[in-house]
Amino acid sequence: MTDFLLELRSEEIPARMQAGARAELEKLFRAQLSAAGLETGDLTIWSTPRRLALIAKGLPEATAAVSEELKGPRSSAPPQALEGFLRKTGLTQDQLEDRDGVYFAVIDKPGRPTSRVLTDTIAHIVRHMPWPKSMRWGKDSASSESLRWVRPLSGIVAIFGEELVPCKIGGIEAGFATRGHRFHCPGEITIGSASDYTEKLRACHVIVDHEERQSIIRAGAAKVAADAGLTLVEDEGLVIENAGLTEWPVPLLGRFDEAFLEVPPEVIQLTARVNQKYFVVNGKDGKLANGFVCTANIDAVDSGAEIVAGNRKVLAARLSDARFFWEQDQKKTLAQHAEKLANITFHEKLGTVADKVERVAKLAEWLASEGIVPNCDPALARQAAELAKADLVTEMVGEFPELQGLMGGYYARAEGLPDAVADAIRDHYKPVGQGDDVPTAPVTVAVALADKLDTLLSFFLIHLGPTGSKDPFALRRAGLGIIGIILENSLRCDLEQVMTEGFRRAQAKPTNVEDLVASSVMFFFADRLKVQQKEAGVRHDLIDAVFGLAPEGDLVRLLARVKALQAFMATEDGTNLLAGYKRAANILKQAGEVSGTAAATPPTDADAVLLAALDAAQPAASAAVAEERFTDAMAALASLRAPIDAFFDGVMVNDPEPAIRKYRIDLLSRFTGAVHGVADFSKIEG
Amino acid sequence: MRRRWANAAAIFCTCEGIAAVADGADKTPLSFQDMILTLHAYWAARGCAILQPYDMRVGAGTFHPSTTLRSLGPEPWNVAYVQPSRRPTDGRYGENPNRLQHYYQYQVILKPSPADLQEQYLGSLAAIGIDPLLHDIRFVEDDWESPTLGAWGLGWEVWCDGMEVTQFTYFQQMGGFDCKPVAGELTYGLERLAMYIQNVDNVYDLRFSDAVGDVAAVSYGDVFLENEKQFSKWNFEVADTETLFAGFKAAEAECQRAIEANVPLAAYDQAIEASHLFNLLQARGVISVQERANYMARVRDLAKGSCKAWIDSQSERWTAKYPGWTL
Repeated sequence: MTDFLLELRSEEIPARMQAGARAELEKLFRAQLSAAGLETGDLTIWSTPRRLALIAKGLPEATAAVSEELKGPRSSAPPQALEGFLRKTGLTQDQLEDRDGVYFAVIDKPGRPTSRVLTDTIAHIVRHMPWPKSMRWGKDSASSESLRWVRPLSGIVAIFGEELVPCKIGGIEAGFATRGHRFHCPGEITIGSASDYTEKLRACHVIVDHEERQSIIRAGAAKVAADAGLTLVEDEGLVIENAGLTEWPVPLLGRFDEAFLEVPPEVIQLTARVNQKYFVVNGKDGKLANGFVCTANIDAVDSGAEIVAGNRKVLAARLSDARFFWEQDQKKTLAQHAEKLANITFHEKLGTVADKVERVAKLAEWLASEGIVPNCDPALARQAAELAKADLVTEMVGEFPELQGLMGGYYARAEGLPDAVADAIRDHYKPVGQGDDVPTAPVTVAVALADKLDTLLSFFLIHLGPTGSKDPFALRRAGLGIIGIILENSLRCDLEQVMTEGFRRAQAKPTNVEDLVASSVMFFFADRLKVQQKEAGVRHDLIDAVFGLAPEGDLVRLLARVKALQAFMATEDGTNLLAGYKRAANILKQAGEVSGTAAATPPTDADAVLLAALDAAQPAASAAVAEERFTDAMAALASLRAPIDAFFDGVMVNDPEPAIRKYRIDLLSRFTGAVHGVADFSKIEG
Repeated sequence: MRRRWANAAAIFCTCEGIAAVADGADKTPLSFQDMILTLHAYWAARGCAILQPYDMRVGAGTFHPSTTLRSLGPEPWNVAYVQPSRRPTDGRYGENPNRLQHYYQYQVILKPSPADLQEQYLGSLAAIGIDPLLHDIRFVEDDWESPTLGAWGLGWEVWCDGMEVTQFTYFQQMGGFDCKPVAGELTYGLERLAMYIQNVDNVYDLRFSDAVGDVAAVSYGDVFLENEKQFSKWNFEVADTETLFAGFKAAEAECQRAIEANVPLAAYDQAIEASHLFNLLQARGVISVQERANYMARVRDLAKGSCKAWIDSQSERWTAKYPGWTL
């Protein structure tokens, strides 16, 4: 058993591509070896900005010898058949075995040295690595067939045991030599085998294990902050990114002018993170402090003083820009900013953002005044909606689009608008995904709901609803957001009515929104509800069973009913009733339309008992449903279980006497009807 | 030299770190012009022809035909030059310490890209006084794309202590055509680099040249402050938009005429002209968001058309000289 080392050295690989590259390298390597009949056990894959490395432990020296047996024609077959078989196998007749009158060819394939397999594997990997973007370089790029890699590939180390695995790809020949750190140890270093690789690189200022570099950054950044009495604001994305930008990471703490802290902390953090890849730190009070942690790639001769000074200067220039935007934006009120929204197209068929804002404002106001969003001042809802998009035209959001909403909230507070309005502006995009906070403040709820409903219906109206995997306007997410807001706040409303009436009122021009809502949007919502409730363990078929009766627009009621049904279906009564229902439905389906006159009275006791049970259960169930006592409705259904079981045990529905048969068919039809009063059991699986 | 390590336990680094460049730490940093002269000497010593700036208003060194047109085709091409670059919308009336509507780029084109391009580049930083064991130099992903030139490439922005000092690109396509072979392009932001080396916070405080005898030193502000004030005003407030629109149309038409007359170099001049007039119209704020995309597409068509005409005019010569080369 022998260990194999592969290093593919290149110019700096983008940090964001390194994790993917490691996964693809492993996949390609395993697939190639497995195709050659070699087992790959333990694989270690590492990456740095300048190299991908793979160590495969304990590979055999050669692939196993295999003996392949091919069955040929019978020895009595015409000679043409034999000739054909000999041609196919490349053997002569005396090399065949005659077993009970049938020819067999036995072909022995000797094992192949693993080193040879590895030579081919390396070439395959280099030629087939699926980089998100790849390039050509150098003089070979005069030809279209030249090698492609993420950045120029500069060297290959391939050692099996202590022997070189010979290979040459695109002018690069594998060898024992690699290079250390670009600045600390730029010369060649010679690797002996997989076992000395990491330590030799470490001696040359390269930590090849990306996870080790991540730990160094994680711990080192926390330490330099703590040493200064500060707390690192953890950011795992930054840890990974900085580990992908360095071979010898050295976290360093710098300070910036305290005066910049007047800018909102989110802005400082974003500037530091996105533009400079710095961590930020908190002070003892838990608030953002005037410090940052950058990750250098060298052990500087002055311990990093110059590096920190340089980085501080760059950050200061960035923060000056941010402060300039912050001050500049506040020279106008949000209402003045909002005027510019008339110049921004929302969608070519849907007018400007100003048009959208007006629709949302009307809808939000209506949601409040109708009491659909309770305890909400309609005037505040309108005001918040009118200003909610104003920050889109501010300098700050132009620079950092991810701060939309948040900046509007800051600017609203700064100009002295009510907190409810500022909060609504800040949070009206929420929830942006499953797991995000759902607004609960009434004004925020009204604006968030109105904004999402407007987006959803507007795009459906111009036939740009989601199809298949395409959802360019994120309408599915908007749908989930609407459901989340309604359920979280227990908003009692008929969504269908909200959409038709509320939306119609908000439109400048008449629309056919009623047809649209009835024909597709309600079903879209039923679908979204299934997705939204999946995580909570609510069965999708039960949602269909309730929604299938008639599109239910009150999502709170719908869900309560589904949950009661789900609890019922978990009981023995529930499963038995479902079995009885399915049997009844089958019989009714086979019977089709039954004409004639039914018997006037129950033919047997079993018929009478079921009839009595139905007489009691049906009104009880429908009363319970009407009063939203869904558990009681289920209990009413449960009372049918014993009578229906006894009915099927005791009588034959298809009685030879037509009047009796008709009676029983009618009785079963009433039974399924009673069940349907609570839920469409035909949609329930199991 | 290939060495095998007999004993894994005896591991130590034998390669030497990059020699520190600053022999004396207190050595006066290069003036702006000395930095340029040093880069000229450095790249000339590596086989580059030192060209002069192109004599037209352009937004970046990449627009120089020595980059755009010469990055096409099989012929080797190694040049370095300074290109004054104009970005009208970046003007700040001389009031912002970091932003200028006119600045300098140092541009190096090496075709085909040499295997040691990164090392050559790092050597140039050392030559102008940046010690890589004192300063953190990093290659950070930055893919380059110029929609107006129909060009793209992969590479990095080079960071020095967190500041972007150079754009480093392997050209993959120009004018919509594959670069065969690929050229390496280095674009140094000279003012930023100089501010860094000289440790000044305001671009106008840069030493442009040093005092010699009785002749006093000249600052960047001495040379360009008035320039920035006047041109910011002209770009944003004064330039006659009717003339600019008319100029754009005229350049567009003339470009087409030159392409038809098979003088692609002249056509390309008109493409550059149209591109700059478009930038001025943007600064004047008279191009709406919707129109913007349309204008950019028109400029791209001119640039692509010029590139194609250039290829058409040269293909026969190229294939004769480099048998087997195809577009």
